Amino acid sequence: MQGPGIAWYLGISAFLFGTGALGVLLRRNPIIVLLSLEIMLNGGNLALIAFARHAGNGAGQIFALAVMAVAASEVCVGLGLVVAINRRRLALDVDKLSELRG
Amino acid sequence: MILASAGNILVWIVWVGAGFACLASGVAVVSFRNPFYSALALIGNLGSLAVLYLLLSAEFVAAAQVLVYAGAVMVMFLFVIAYIGPRMETPWAGGPNWQSIAAVLAAGSIFLEIIVAVALKAGGRLSHSDHVNATFGTPGWIGRLFLTDHLLAFEITSIVLLIAAVGGVILGSHTKRAA
Repeated sequence: MQGPGIAWYLGISAFLFGTGALGVLLRRNPIIVLLSLEIMLNGGNLALIAFARHAGNGAGQIFALAVMAVAASEVCVGLGLVVAINRRRLALDVDKLSELRG
Repeated sequence: MILASAGNILVWIVWVGAGFACLASGVAVVSFRNPFYSALALIGNLGSLAVLYLLLSAEFVAAAQVLVYAGAVMVMFLFVIAYIGPRMETPWAGGPNWQSIAAVLAAGSIFLEIIVAVALKAGGRLSHSDHVNATFGTPGWIGRLFLTDHLLAFEITSIVLLIAAVGGVILGSHTKRAA
């Protein structure tokens, strides 16, 4: 394998996961929380594909494609929630959206 | 030999560029106040990740990343941001600041935990990767895997997407009760 070894890719993946976790914990705009979740999922995907290349096995790439589909589903539902919250004229702030009452 | 080392240097240069762009745009997504800029930075993040996938000989996943994520998902994000308007996050209203300190500590400890866990479990075996043949990661190879070894995962993924689409429609549709 030419270029950097798998450990370098895993380092990038861990940093991306940590950055996404920071965004999810720190930010209060639900759209940016969703974007940070995408970063976390992509960090996981990078680790899966790096290990697939390391082991010469295709299961990691299949899993990465499944994660992509799950991420698309999550965005679909999450953005639907954001639109519903916006339609009810509630504040788009995850700290203030602490009630589940209708 | 000279050609091989030149190729190696080229791979390193591409890796450094894509990796730096990936990390920088990831930090940018988290730190922008305007969600529109965050979404644009995420497109850069996804593009540079696709370059990294290509370096890991995952051609089909890289193409799917650009088509599905940077194409479809990000368009949906940008539509919703345009629909609700570019609302800035309100600054901290004198609230408890320990929350942000705790968030930074938690994220840093997650990062360290991943590094330590990977280094302990697989640190010695990461230096040498298996050799793969030319069909590794091509669409035909992925398709054959999906329809033979991983057929159940493929079908369940389609059902998950269908349920999410139905849920999105239900959440987004007008109801009399909501008014």
